[in-house]
Amino acid sequence: MKRPLILSFLALLFLLFPFASFGKGPGPDYGDAIVVGSIGDASTLIPMLASDATSHEIAGLIYNGLVKYDKDLNLVGDLAESWDISKDGKVITFHLRHGVRWEDGVPFTSKDVLFGFKTIIDPKTPTAYAGDFLEVEKAEAPDPYTFKVTYKEPFAPALSSWGNIVVLPEHLLKGKDITKSPLSRHPVGLGPFRFKLWKTQERIELVANKDYFDGRPYLDGYIMRIIPDPATMFMELKAGGIDWMGLSPIQYKRQTNTPFFRKNFRKYKYLSFSYTYLGYNLRHPFFKDKRVRKAISYAIDKKEIIRGVLLGLGVVATGPYKPDAWYYNPNVKRYPYDPQKAKRLLRECGWKDTDGDGILDKDGRPFVFTVLTNQGNSLRDKTAQIIQYRLKQVGIRMKIRQLEWTAFINDFIDKRRFEAVILGWTLGQDPDIFDIWHSSKTGPKQLNFIGYKNKEVDRLLVLGRRTFEREERKKVYFRIQEILAEDQPYTFLYVPMALPVIHARFRGIRPAPAGIDYNFIRWWVPKDEQKYIMP
Amino acid sequence: MDFFLWLLKRLLALVPTFFGITLISFFVMHLAPGEPMSIQADFNPKMTPEMRQRLRAQYGLDKPLYVQYGRWLNGLIHLDLGRSFSPDRRKVWDKIRERLPVTILINVLSMILILVVAIPLGVRAAVRQNSLFDQVTTVLVFIAYAAPAFWVALLLMLLFGIKLDLLPISGLHSLMGYDSMTTFQRVLDWSKHLVLPVFVSAIGGLAGFSRYTRSSMLEVLRQDYITTARAKGLSERKVIYRHALRNALLPLITILGLSVPGLIGGSVIFESIFAIPGVGQLMWSSVMARDYPVLMGNLVIVSVLTLLGNLLADIGYAAVDPRVRTGIQEGD
Repeated sequence: MKRPLILSFLALLFLLFPFASFGKGPGPDYGDAIVVGSIGDASTLIPMLASDATSHEIAGLIYNGLVKYDKDLNLVGDLAESWDISKDGKVITFHLRHGVRWEDGVPFTSKDVLFGFKTIIDPKTPTAYAGDFLEVEKAEAPDPYTFKVTYKEPFAPALSSWGNIVVLPEHLLKGKDITKSPLSRHPVGLGPFRFKLWKTQERIELVANKDYFDGRPYLDGYIMRIIPDPATMFMELKAGGIDWMGLSPIQYKRQTNTPFFRKNFRKYKYLSFSYTYLGYNLRHPFFKDKRVRKAISYAIDKKEIIRGVLLGLGVVATGPYKPDAWYYNPNVKRYPYDPQKAKRLLRECGWKDTDGDGILDKDGRPFVFTVLTNQGNSLRDKTAQIIQYRLKQVGIRMKIRQLEWTAFINDFIDKRRFEAVILGWTLGQDPDIFDIWHSSKTGPKQLNFIGYKNKEVDRLLVLGRRTFEREERKKVYFRIQEILAEDQPYTFLYVPMALPVIHARFRGIRPAPAGIDYNFIRWWVPKDEQKYIMP
Repeated sequence: MDFFLWLLKRLLALVPTFFGITLISFFVMHLAPGEPMSIQADFNPKMTPEMRQRLRAQYGLDKPLYVQYGRWLNGLIHLDLGRSFSPDRRKVWDKIRERLPVTILINVLSMILILVVAIPLGVRAAVRQNSLFDQVTTVLVFIAYAAPAFWVALLLMLLFGIKLDLLPISGLHSLMGYDSMTTFQRVLDWSKHLVLPVFVSAIGGLAGFSRYTRSSMLEVLRQDYITTARAKGLSERKVIYRHALRNALLPLITILGLSVPGLIGGSVIFESIFAIPGVGQLMWSSVMARDYPVLMGNLVIVSVLTLLGNLLADIGYAAVDPRVRTGIQEGD
C-alpha cells in the first residue's frame, strides 16, 4: 500500500522540480533580447556583396561558413565537421555536417557551397572577395556531404577563406541575378539567428533560430539600432535605449565611473584587430637610409602617445600584429624612447645643424617633411601633434596636413605624392600580410604604397602562404617580424583597445584574443532580470 | 486669361532651367576625387585590378562622361532614376520614396510651428518697437539663431531624455510593443518622439522669420494708409492685423517659397542626431560614398522643389498683389 504513494509523491516531485530549478538554478535561462547600437546601417545582407562592418556583423549571425575562428584564433569546423589536406597541400576536402537545414526546411548540402563558389568567381558578381577564390583550380561536390577544392599552388590562407562569405542557398538563387535578389534585404540563412525585419536607417531585428544545429542561442532576439551620432548613442545607452555599444577612450575612462554605470553596465576591454603606424615613402631621399627611420623611431615616445591619445587604453605596437595573437613575436628589436640615440644615429648619416637654426640639415637641405593623415580622426591628429613635438627636439621639423579620405587615397597615396603618413591597418585573423609587404605589390592602387622591398621578406611571405602546419607558419612569421623591426619601414605606434560596454544583465561574456562576440550565442540573462519579450 | 498665359510662359521657362541644373550637377559631381568603388575597393587587400575594372564596367564608369549623362537623361525621360551604386543595388526611387514621408512630415510640422510662433512674435516686436519686449525677444532670437543645432539638440536630450525622463531620446517610435498599440497610442508615441526634432529644426527658422516679420511690419506701419486707417477711428487691433499685417506678409511669401527646397536639404543635422531615417541622411551618405545615381535622384527632387517653390511664390505674389499682375501687362 505504501509504494504507490511514494511513487506518486516522486512523480509529483518530478512534475514540480523542473519548474523550480528553472527559475532559481545556476544554469543559463532562455529569453530576453539585446539591443545593439550601430553608427551605420547595413548595405546588403548577402555577405559576398557587402563590404561594410555592419552588414557583415548582421550576416554573420544569419549565415555560417565551413570553418570559423575560435576564441584563441584557431580555425575550427563550423558547417564542416572536419577537413583533410592532401600531402602536397593543394587539395582540401571538407566533410560537411549532416542534418543542417536552411530556414525554409531545405537541407544544406555541398551543392550550396559549390554554388556560392561559382557565384563569387563569376565576373558578373560585384564582390570584393573573389581574390582568394581565383587561386582555386577546381571545386567539386562528389556527394552531398563532401566538398573538395584543388588549388593551383598550396595556399594556406585558403582554409580560412571558406567562411560564411561563400555559403549561399542554391535553391533560392540559382539562375537569378544575385544583385537584384530579395535575399539582400530579406536573407534566408541557417545560422543562430533568423532575419525578422529591416527598417532602413532605423533598425534590424533578428530572432533566435530554435533549430540551430549547434543548439539555439539563449537570447530570443537581437536588435540593431542605427544611431549615426555617437553622442546620441551614449545618451541612449544611459536612458536604457540600447544595451551594447563601443566606447571611446574618454567615455571609458572619465564618463562611465558613476555608481549608476557600475550598477547597470559592465565595461570590457581587449586588443582590437588593428594598429596605427607612421609610414615613410621609402623612395624619398630622407627615408632611404634605415638609420634615419630608426632614429625617428627612437625619437618618438610611443608610451606617451598611448597615455595622451588613448588614455592608456592600448599597447605599444612592435610589428604588424596584435600582441595576443599566436603568431606575434614578442622578441623583436624594440625602439624605446631615446632621443640621444636618435641624435647620434642622425649624426652618423650626416644630418647636422650647420646653420644653428635648430633644424638639422645635410648638403644644404633642412630636415623638413610633411606627414599626411585623414581628416576627422582625432586620435591620429593628436598622435601627429605629439610626434611633431618630439621630432622637433631632435632637430626634425614635421608639418601636419589633414585630407578628406577619398582625396587622400586617390590624389596622394595612389599617386605616391607623400613623404610620410599616419594611418592604420585593420588586421585579419590569418597572419598572411603578402599584399602589404611583398615587393610585387608596390604598383598603382596596391597596398605596399611605401615601396618596401626586401628579398628575404618576399621569400618568407610566399613560404607562409604555402605552409599549413601552425608551428612552421609561426617560425616564418616570427622571422618576418624580426626583419620588419630591424628595417623599420613603418614606425609601428600602437594597438588600440576595443572598449565595448554591455548592460549588466547579460552573463557569460568572456573576453579572449578573438574579442567578446565569439560566444555570443551562449550569452544569457537570468529570468528575473529579463527586460524584453520577443514575439 | 492673361494670367494663364503668364503662368504658361513661366512653366515653359522652368524646363531648360531644370535640365541646366542636372547637367551642371552631373559634371560637378564627377569632379570630386574618388569613385563609387572607392569605399569598397580602396585599401581592401582582396581587391585585384581586374575586379576594379569589372566593377567600373558594371557601373558604366568606363564610358566618357557625356555618354554617362546621356544614359542618365534617357532614364529620367522614362521616369527611371536608375539603380544605386551601393552594394544593395536598389532602385533609386525606392530608396528615396521610403524616406521622403518622414522628412516632409517633420519639416511641415516645423514650418507650421515657425509660422505660428514667429509671426505674432514679429508683429508684437514691431508694434512695440524698442520696448523691453522687443529688446528681450531680439536677444533671445539671436541667441537661438547663433546656437549650433546639434548642441541645442544634445542639451535638450540630456534634459528631457535623461534628467527629467519625459521624452524619448532618438528614433521615430518605441522599440518594443509598438506593434500592439492602438492607433491613438501610436499617434501619441510618434508625437512624443517628434517633439524634440521638430523643435530643434524650427529654432533657426523661428529666429529668421520673426525678424523678417518685424522689419516688414515696421515698414508697413510707417505707410500713409495705416495713418488713414487709424484716423478713420478703427481699433488698433483691426489696424494692425487687418491692414498692416496683410501687407507686411507679402515679402514673406517669397521667403516661404524659397525655403521649400530646404525642406529636404536642411535635414541632415537633426536627422543624424535624432537617428531619423530621412532623405537628408540619404543624401549625405550618397555624397560620401559617391553614389552618383542616388545623388542625382535627390538633386532632381530638390531642384524640382526649388523651381516649384519659386513658381509658387510668384503665383502667390500675383494672386495677393494685383500690382504684380498689372505691372507685367503694362511692362509688355
